[in-house]
Amino acid sequence: MKIDEIQNGIVLDHIKAGRGMRVYHTLRLDTLDCTVAIIKNVKSEKMGKKDIIKVDEAIDIDLDALGFIDPNITINIIRDGELVEKRCLCAPERLVNVIRCKNPRCITSSEQEIDQIFLLRDAEKLTYRCIYCEAAYRGKES
Amino acid sequence: MRHLIDNRDLTVSETDALLNLADAIIANPRDYQDACAYKTIATLFYEPSTRTRLSFEAAMLELGGRTLGFASQDTSSASKGESVADTIRVVSSYADIIAMRHPKEGAPVIAAKYAGVPIINAGDGGHNHPTQTLTDLLTIRREVGRLSDLTVGLCGDLKFGRTVHSLVGAMVRYRQVHFVMISPNELKAPDYVLELIDRQAGCSYEICTSMEDAMDRLDILYMTRVQRERFFNEADYVRLKDSFILDAAKLHGAKPEMIVMHPLPRVNEIAVNVDGTPFAKYFEQARYGKYIRMALILGLLNLSGGAGIL
Repeated sequence: MKIDEIQNGIVLDHIKAGRGMRVYHTLRLDTLDCTVAIIKNVKSEKMGKKDIIKVDEAIDIDLDALGFIDPNITINIIRDGELVEKRCLCAPERLVNVIRCKNPRCITSSEQEIDQIFLLRDAEKLTYRCIYCEAAYRGKES
Repeated sequence: MRHLIDNRDLTVSETDALLNLADAIIANPRDYQDACAYKTIATLFYEPSTRTRLSFEAAMLELGGRTLGFASQDTSSASKGESVADTIRVVSSYADIIAMRHPKEGAPVIAAKYAGVPIINAGDGGHNHPTQTLTDLLTIRREVGRLSDLTVGLCGDLKFGRTVHSLVGAMVRYRQVHFVMISPNELKAPDYVLELIDRQAGCSYEICTSMEDAMDRLDILYMTRVQRERFFNEADYVRLKDSFILDAAKLHGAKPEMIVMHPLPRVNEIAVNVDGTPFAKYFEQARYGKYIRMALILGLLNLSGGAGIL
């Protein structure tokens, strides 16, 4: 299968196989006018299988959201057909309005227009806790 | 401006300073009778309470201050849908300090963000109850004589029991505290509470399903009520409410110096025949609650013996 190379844009590589659509929706790539390719189950020496997303436009990426979903994703910035920058992610210390607290007893379930804020408590397990009720969320599982 | 949302907002030395001030107030209450003259506390209780609300109000009155507030959500604008943020912004202009109880977890975090005066968390859902914890620490220090090298049995509803969560968070900061978690499986302590113990060197826990098995090792037995208001399902409440009942017979194996504590109100988890034993300290505990809240108010308002301690 041939996917055209992009001239100016972004390639999200090393996405865990099966997680590509979640990245697509979380980054709201469905709202873009440019070409977006989701390539699933690409053979990978390191990962066995992986997903890749190509975006044919230089866009701002929400690194916090991406780091929460999968800190192993690599971001390749392409300019004039050349790879000009390769960024690795790390789990962000603080997530603001990336995920919502699911605890029905949390104040975020009733108070209007407050930011949903989570702090990283365990980088290894990618565990975040709501700053209001301390409910836990694990990035790799959710 | 300081708030008390979680006991971890206070350092160990600040906590000790509050306990010392409470001791001083107990020894000489008259020295503090005008310390809060012309100051007002607002007690905003979105959930019913007897001890906590009255002890805040008694504390302020004994300091020579005044009180205002509401005792249930139905008698406030919350029943019309007003947000916590708006209520707090308004009440900040009527009072010098606010004590708030709310059924939603984390509500005091919002309150502190919008308040122009110090906020005291008087209980947020099943999450935290820091002034009960200060009360508990004062009780332990006065009745047992130390806050370290202790084996503490926590019994009953450890899942929704906010007093237990706050107490663990505060006690792990003192040395060598071993917790014995006694609860039915459905009401075991949340992971984040166990993580607090795991993270603190020298502190440890064990999970136990029988009160009697642990009794002879305990320095403190902290009983809690299975709280009907925390259950979405009445059938689950009925099934679990009588899981652990302490009576005088079960205390036979206990160390003579062990104390039994309870944040109150109790339903039937401590039989009345325990009240007359030397182990029972829960009514003293309720009395100490007023004094530690006096100390906290002075500390947060930076007045009298509380000046400079927070």
